[in-house]
Amino acid sequence: MSQAFTKAMARNIFYGGTVFFLLLFLALSFDTVSALPKRDNRANLTEAVAQGKKLWENNNCIGCHTLLGEGAYFAPELGNAFKRLGGKDGVMAFIKSRPAGGIPGRRSMPQFNFTDAQLNALAEFLKYSSEINSANWPPNVQG
Amino acid sequence: MQYSSQAVAKPYFIAAIGLFVGQILFGLILGLQYVLGDFLFPEIPFNVARMVHTNLLIVWLLFGFMGAAYYLVPEESERELESPGLAIAMFWIFLVAGALTILGYLLVPYAGLAQLTGNDLLPTMGREFLEQPTITKLGIVVVALSFLYNIGMTVLKGRKTVVSLVLLIGLTGLAVFFLFSFYNPDNLVLDKFFWWWVVHLWVEGVWELILGSILAFVLIKTTGVDREVIEKWLYIIIAMTLITGIIGTGHHYYWIGTPEYWQWWGSVFSAMEPIPFFMMTVFAFNMVNKRRREHPNKAAVLWALGTATMAFLGAGVWGFLHTLAPVNYYTHGSQITAAHGHMAFYGAYVMIVLTMISYAMPMLRGRTAANSNKSQVLEMWSFWLMTIAIVFITLFLTAAGILQVFLQRMGENPLPFMVVQEKVALFYWLREIAGLVFLIGLLTYVASFFVGNDEPEAKTAG
Ligand code: HEM
Ligand code: HEM
Ligand SMILES: [Fe+2]
Repeated sequence: MSQAFTKAMARNIFYGGTVFFLLLFLALSFDTVSALPKRDNRANLTEAVAQGKKLWENNNCIGCHTLLGEGAYFAPELGNAFKRLGGKDGVMAFIKSRPAGGIPGRRSMPQFNFTDAQLNALAEFLKYSSEINSANWPPNVQG
Repeated sequence: MQYSSQAVAKPYFIAAIGLFVGQILFGLILGLQYVLGDFLFPEIPFNVARMVHTNLLIVWLLFGFMGAAYYLVPEESERELESPGLAIAMFWIFLVAGALTILGYLLVPYAGLAQLTGNDLLPTMGREFLEQPTITKLGIVVVALSFLYNIGMTVLKGRKTVVSLVLLIGLTGLAVFFLFSFYNPDNLVLDKFFWWWVVHLWVEGVWELILGSILAFVLIKTTGVDREVIEKWLYIIIAMTLITGIIGTGHHYYWIGTPEYWQWWGSVFSAMEPIPFFMMTVFAFNMVNKRRREHPNKAAVLWALGTATMAFLGAGVWGFLHTLAPVNYYTHGSQITAAHGHMAFYGAYVMIVLTMISYAMPMLRGRTAANSNKSQVLEMWSFWLMTIAIVFITLFLTAAGILQVFLQRMGENPLPFMVVQEKVALFYWLREIAGLVFLIGLLTYVASFFVGNDEPEAKTAG
């Protein structure tokens, strides 16, 4: 790099640039958090949804699936599973019917032995997730 | 080795390499499960193997960063480490906590582990990369704080250089952003929004400072180029990193319920994120070309040039590939993401840790500057084997990803996920073969520590 460009100048760009863009990021984040109530479906965030999210986490579903495109890529996207499986009953029936020993030769989902109340909570959680305004993602029902 | 307390780096490096081997073995299990779906089912389901694979990666990289800091900081500060005893104590705490966590994943069903560790008291588990029980996370915080104290005091009381200052800023940022892993609201969008403050602001923010400073250190040592020049580069690289990377977080805010202006902010700023990586490549090659001495440790120089190149390819090029919102609409959460994740992590963070190990380990094992020729030749073989393997892993996953996007997300008759997965299975088999080559490369790497130890050190002109 040329001599006219000194280390002190580089240092000032680093500190100045970092502080400026960090503050800009904080401002944008603040705006986002204020705008979220219109998009994040919080009106439907019921007790059952919260319980469903806990079950989702405690069983590490994200270790195989994506949810709104984030997670693992081993098993189908679930942000729109509520729509793909045809509503709550479809979701619950699917989770409930997984064979404990798996399906020979295929990728299989474990049998979690959920109670009916737990199945209901998970289905509610996936319903809530499917109603988040995700800017039209995924492109189609296959996720 | 100029200061005896630098020796604490050695166990950190050894643990890092050991856990690296574990990470790759579980990667191979995952790769096999991709094509033989019932492999190890239900004993080790995919999600468990995946947690082990990714968490081992993060933990061994942290061991590597800490080891690097313990080696580098005394030399930069020109004084002994504040407390070598604390560093050794933290080593054992971190190792035991890490081992228990991995054993917990493997031996107890995850829901049982959540219950056993009282996840309901402060639920933080079950989110990608942050699967560790809350108590493990608290342990990580304790280790990180003790580490920062130890490093921070050494820097403050000693000579202050740009290299050690940048490293300290990076490490502090690492600890600070990790605190967001404790924030897990019921609101999924908020949860996801702040999850990225750990993941993105780590790998595309503060970790790049750590990367830059370790690279600068090794280049100063191996090329003998004037520190002033190298430090100027370091400043401008990390300036570009944070100027582009902080707002660049927006490339994860396109489709998770956040406002749509992020499609602009995220696309524009993250499209510039390759710039600092490119500068790093130019920097490394420039410094090596302008070298004032021939360092006998050729392997370390090779790793340094390798990390600068592969970080640009993996993070810069493969990141750019899917970072613009209209592209990401189709590629989001596909095998393209996995392709990029592998090359970026390998190129930037695996390779920088191996650069530092390569540079420091000979001295830590009693050499004056470098290993024997024989050992270095083997190490350079492992460099090429692992690097070429990761290139092929990335290419095969990219091919699988392009097909996946095409078949599942575009066109008139999009196919279901599972159908598409079977159609692209050939590429997963090829990925697994490349993975085996990676393992061979890694075993070669380990072997390089055991050969040529009774032979004389490599000489400069050799
Ligand atoms: C033998 C070589 C390897 C194989 C076969 C392998 C295989 C895999 C598989 C199958 C996944 C899960 C993808 C999914 O979620 O569906 C994965 C995830 C991951 N692996 Fe590897 N891996 C290997 C080596 C590595 C290396 C060397 C690194 C680090 C440099 C690495 C870092 C990661 C990361 C970061 C993820 C998470 C990716 C994401 O979320 O996009 N792996 N790996
Ligand atoms: C060394 C630096 C980097 C590392 C280690 C890294 C690693 C990763 C990983 C592991 C993921 C997957 C996260 C998940 O599981 O959801 C990811 C996602 C992503 N990365 Fe990077 N990355 C780096 C730099 C970059 C850069 C410089 C860019 C842009 C130019 C970029 C663009 C992206 C994008 C757009 C995604 C989201 C993919 C999706 O929508 O599925 N990354 N990165
Ligand atoms: Fe990112």
